[in-house]
Amino acid sequence: MSSLLAFAAAEPPPTLDSGNTAWMLTSAALVLFMTIPGLALFYGGLNRSKGVLNMMMMSFGPFGLIGVIYVLWGYSMSFGSKDIGGIIASPLEFWGLKGMLPGEPGATVLQDGGIPTLIFVGFQFTFAAITVALISGALSDRVKFSTWMVFSALWVTLAYFPLAHMVWGGGLLSGSADGIAAKLFGLTDGAATIAPIDFAGGTVVHINAGMAGLVLALIVGRRKGFGKVPMRPHNVTLVMLGSGILWFGWYGFNAGSALAANDSAALAWVNTTVATCAAMLGWLVVEKLREGHATSVGAASGIVAGLVAITPACGNVTPLGAIGVGVIAGAAAAMAVGLKYRLGFDDSLDVVGVHLVAGFWGTISLGIFARGTGLAYGDWRQLVVQLIIALVALVFTAVVTTVIALALKATMGWRISEDDEVAGIDQAEHAESAYDFGGRGAGRVSPLGQHEPDARHHHEIDSEVHA
Amino acid sequence: MKLVTAIIKPFKLDEVKEALEAYGIAGMTVSESSGYGRQRGHSEVYRGAEYTVDFVPKVRIEVIVEDMDAAAVVDVIVKTAQTGRIGDGKVWVMPVEDVVRVRTGEHGPTAL
Repeated sequence: MSSLLAFAAAEPPPTLDSGNTAWMLTSAALVLFMTIPGLALFYGGLNRSKGVLNMMMMSFGPFGLIGVIYVLWGYSMSFGSKDIGGIIASPLEFWGLKGMLPGEPGATVLQDGGIPTLIFVGFQFTFAAITVALISGALSDRVKFSTWMVFSALWVTLAYFPLAHMVWGGGLLSGSADGIAAKLFGLTDGAATIAPIDFAGGTVVHINAGMAGLVLALIVGRRKGFGKVPMRPHNVTLVMLGSGILWFGWYGFNAGSALAANDSAALAWVNTTVATCAAMLGWLVVEKLREGHATSVGAASGIVAGLVAITPACGNVTPLGAIGVGVIAGAAAAMAVGLKYRLGFDDSLDVVGVHLVAGFWGTISLGIFARGTGLAYGDWRQLVVQLIIALVALVFTAVVTTVIALALKATMGWRISEDDEVAGIDQAEHAESAYDFGGRGAGRVSPLGQHEPDARHHHEIDSEVHA
Repeated sequence: MKLVTAIIKPFKLDEVKEALEAYGIAGMTVSESSGYGRQRGHSEVYRGAEYTVDFVPKVRIEVIVEDMDAAAVVDVIVKTAQTGRIGDGKVWVMPVEDVVRVRTGEHGPTAL
């Protein structure tokens, strides 16, 4: 994805390529489908039934918010040309996407591949949105929806856009002449000799979300009864459905990151598939050896671990390399998910175990498997570059997330009351329940405008009347 | 009249229903239930964490019969629902004072 930044140097006006444009329109919609409803179903099913709606809303809510933010200042901060210290770009340059509409001067068409800048904006928005939604898995059943929404806006602005800029927007972690990689191993033709590789978002999306999940799990604290009360997934079929939708949408994420309908996209497609297959097997084998059963939740989780790991690597490894990336990702994540019980942090749906571990591994794996420059090809420098970008991303996110989370803890507060948490966050935060098993306890309707402010108290009054 | 209540393994429901129909029982009430007896629960594993599930899914059958049929009905249920494994369930019998058919208002055995 970093190569597209070359558009700034365009001399002849590039022409629009309808084939590439059609693929990018499709890809952007596929990535949207990953979050809504893919991830929401995946997380919702893994959650307990009393918090399934809140879990799904933690994907839906930020999606709406970030859609608006992305048009206002998100794109400009990530991909604008007015760079500030290699960390961020000016939020004002493309405020409201000014200058890029059809017929307007400016970058209507990206040079690479001849796609309209606008669909690149749409494509990138869906990445920003899913990254925030991914974090929510660390926070099930206990967080105020309002705080989560404010966090989403702050975090996407202060953690996601900067990292997207650093890695893909020509900043510190890119292959640009001012980047860290260029300082380390020198320049060739004005760009880093050994450029960092993050094809579709190992650092920007998965390390970023995984680390944020870890920090939040620590700052927000554990669910009441964590480690004592059973908190098993309430609907495994939703988990399976969600993982399938994620896999399907991920072709937009990975193959779409070629930004063209070409051979690079085809390689990304095949690598994404084979790595994910291998990861599912890796996870199931670990389970079979450890507990004696290959589980459905394990298969679904292995799929996600594989997709995560191959994300940064899908354009730069061979299919054989992709099998290696995948099988190790699946096995490593399967072993990592148990850590939270031993270390005592409540990363409820394993954002750390799956996204941080597999995202970190996928980013590092390029140092081994990257075609031509990896350790497997006799060069150690790519491994150093990959390690550095992964670590910088990790530290950057940890610091920014800690600051935002502590600020919100001191002001709005993160947790719902203990009573509400025990009764179920769906009732407390959304005044809804996910499943109605027929008439019993349905109460009576109170037309809008007449109802009392607190729906829960109302419900109690109803049951008294009927008793 | 007697109320016969049986807690059985869910997959035995159809067999028991057919056996009761063959005996001549005209109706029954069935509900999903869960619980445990001496077998305790079972364990499930999700993402490497083992959960002990205490309440095992069961089916509860309720039939009201005439006094003279009670022993035979219990016998039919026990024979049909038996697998010989732990967790096969329980059957018990209680006296019933009266039964009313809501549609007609009939009382007693004629309402069965």
